[in-house]
Amino acid sequence: MALLQISEPGRAPDPHQRRIAIGIDLGTTHSLVATVRHGVAECLPDHEGRVMLPSVVQYLPKGKRAIGHNASHAASADPQNTVTSVKRLMGRTLADLPHAQRWSVALVDLPGMVGIQTLEGVKTPVEVSAELLATLRQRAEESLDDDITGAVITVPAYFDDAQRQATKDAAKLAGLEVLRLINEPTAAAIAYGLDQASEGLFAVYDLGGGTFDISILRLSQGVFEVLATGGDSALGGDDYDHGLSEWVLERVGLRLDTASDKSLMLKTSRAVKERLSVDPSARFIVQLSSGTIDLEVRREAFEAITQHLTQKTLQACERALKDAKLKSKDLNGVVMVGGSTRMPQIQKSAEAWFGQAPLNNLNPDEVVALGAAIQANQLVGNHTEGDLLLLDVTPLSLGIETMGGLVERIVPRNQTVPTAMAQDFTTYQDGQTALMLHVLQGERDLVSDCRSLARFELRGIPPMAAGAAKIRVTFTIDADGLLSVQAQELSTKVQAQIQVKPSYGLSDDQIAKMLQEGFETAEVDMKTRALKEAQVNADRILMATQNALSQDGAILSVQEKTEIERLMLDLKRASCEDSAALIEERIDLLAKGTEAFAAERMNQGILQALRGQHIESLK
Amino acid sequence: MNTPPLFSLNSSTLLQSDDFVLFQLPRRFEIDSLELLERWRALQKMAHPDRFSMQGDAAKRLSLQWSTRINEAYQRLKDPLRRAAYLCHLNGVEINAQTNTAMPASFLMEQMNWREALDEAGSAADFDAIEHWVETQITTNEQAVAKLLDLEPDPNAAGAQVRAWMFLERFEQSVRERRDLKLSL
Repeated sequence: MALLQISEPGRAPDPHQRRIAIGIDLGTTHSLVATVRHGVAECLPDHEGRVMLPSVVQYLPKGKRAIGHNASHAASADPQNTVTSVKRLMGRTLADLPHAQRWSVALVDLPGMVGIQTLEGVKTPVEVSAELLATLRQRAEESLDDDITGAVITVPAYFDDAQRQATKDAAKLAGLEVLRLINEPTAAAIAYGLDQASEGLFAVYDLGGGTFDISILRLSQGVFEVLATGGDSALGGDDYDHGLSEWVLERVGLRLDTASDKSLMLKTSRAVKERLSVDPSARFIVQLSSGTIDLEVRREAFEAITQHLTQKTLQACERALKDAKLKSKDLNGVVMVGGSTRMPQIQKSAEAWFGQAPLNNLNPDEVVALGAAIQANQLVGNHTEGDLLLLDVTPLSLGIETMGGLVERIVPRNQTVPTAMAQDFTTYQDGQTALMLHVLQGERDLVSDCRSLARFELRGIPPMAAGAAKIRVTFTIDADGLLSVQAQELSTKVQAQIQVKPSYGLSDDQIAKMLQEGFETAEVDMKTRALKEAQVNADRILMATQNALSQDGAILSVQEKTEIERLMLDLKRASCEDSAALIEERIDLLAKGTEAFAAERMNQGILQALRGQHIESLK
Repeated sequence: MNTPPLFSLNSSTLLQSDDFVLFQLPRRFEIDSLELLERWRALQKMAHPDRFSMQGDAAKRLSLQWSTRINEAYQRLKDPLRRAAYLCHLNGVEINAQTNTAMPASFLMEQMNWREALDEAGSAADFDAIEHWVETQITTNEQAVAKLLDLEPDPNAAGAQVRAWMFLERFEQSVRERRDLKLSL
């Protein structure tokens, strides 16, 4: 057993030890990983110097798989087992997908989420995404030659609760500690704002491979405050490819008969689309099983057939500006993000609509990952960028079903998170003892037009006349934008609550099972992993507690301080043994034992913040 | 000059204190919105969960609780209508918009006329006229509420005026929806 280390009184063991944190942009077509090194954010390349990892996973016999470039090359040779654009499937059921027939893989209906039929069995989008994340994690570990403390993963601002939860689950499966999910346009704003030292009002127009986001932000003294956000989580460059593909097929009178045809056609469409961003015309050449296509496509023709998609993005911009109570002339800049903004029609339309030339200073493919890395670096306590703070919002309204299939909104969209909001409801019938709560997300009034997030019951209400019970429903949204709901009958204090997860997304049991399977194939012992995680956790908490004691130990009595130090010593001892359960137990004890201390420190901090403010405003 | 006296605050009751105390603003309807914004930022810079991601669970939980409370208060103080309703509540007058329809009598008459006008509206000019009326009414209402809360305090009358204001906001929403529907056809 290792000897216990004892540090000098009042000193943290090593408060300035740098922690490694990464930012990951998990994109529809490409994914990237970045980190902050020597104060500068940079994307990490693979062995061949490429920073972009194609978001493609190919399942091969005997549990093998190809990921990224290798899988991408195989896409048209083995389309049934090669998954592309998996981000569009995250947190979705088969019924949610309007173009299920477009996919070259076979989609199957699973409870909670769509599945993908491969030669290795049915895979969930969460598992496929986890393969991409694990690849990026490995890349980071190798190039940084260190363990990763945690990761910030970006999601489209317009992702709903189910899609966010699915992303978090994928990260867990990939063995990543998620420091925070942040919104892609917000991440871009961080990278951009810090780079240009900008202040004022900005719009971030983010058109990626499969999603579109618009965010309106106010940048001031290191605070990135999102005022409004909007978009479409199923609109991106992919749709331009499909639009072109369908138009071409109609022109030549051919059909797509095989999965391989679908895949080839898409690949060609994408290549032609990219060509048309540079040249005024391009040749569309592809060999399908039903015949050969060779067609000259002019840029104007492509722009005309995809005009409605571009128009949809502008409608979202209009609504977001209205929500922010701003006019486009109020904006100090419009930042373009995402590979699809390379299309000249997007640049032209954005310029015409916003009435100003958009900003393209940073690489639109990398800017999101860079911003995520900067935020990750902050979150683990390496404050090299100064004092930056993100204040983001909920993209979609949240509510519950009431009589007549209508949605009663509890949290309107564009509320700064974390937030909690409550509303009171009552019973409909005399003697009603239970209440069904149906949680919904969306902007429409009818239940059938919104996304169903969860259903749960409040039971044990004492029989009362209709309308006499008073049931308070509280929605709480954490800093990742994830929702939990609580219901309480006020006179009797009967309670029910739910972490919104079940109806879309995966249960904890399913995740545990996948983790187990993952370890079996990776030949890593789950116990070893759990122990390591517990030890890392213990170290982190010991260090945080030590720092707190050195800063504010003075507010404790000698007795209180001795008690906390005893609990710390117990935890230190436990972390040298090989029982994860014991470590967790001691962590809990230390957490309980420091609760009052933490509360008092927080109060002091708030008072300090207010006093500081007062001194400021007296000047 | 305009700083309120420091402090009715003590650390053990801070989390439970009302929004005005939490933000150290005078308890009145007219507030300095820039000051509110700056206090909000200062408080979140201290309390936001991003500041505690490497801390223990107790500190994390507290930070979430505080940050949520600060946002809740900020949203309520920032919006004039919600701030007015909250001030009524602090003065012992509940708005209860769903069950209590007590509004100034003159207002009740007028709103019926405008409901009829909305039903008959067909052209952009019709909608413009109604929207203009609503906007004027909202401004008048806000001034009336300010007077009844700050200058000549009468919480009951303020409550009735707040209900009228709420009606106007809902009416404004339905004008917008009706316009989108009619004019897009």
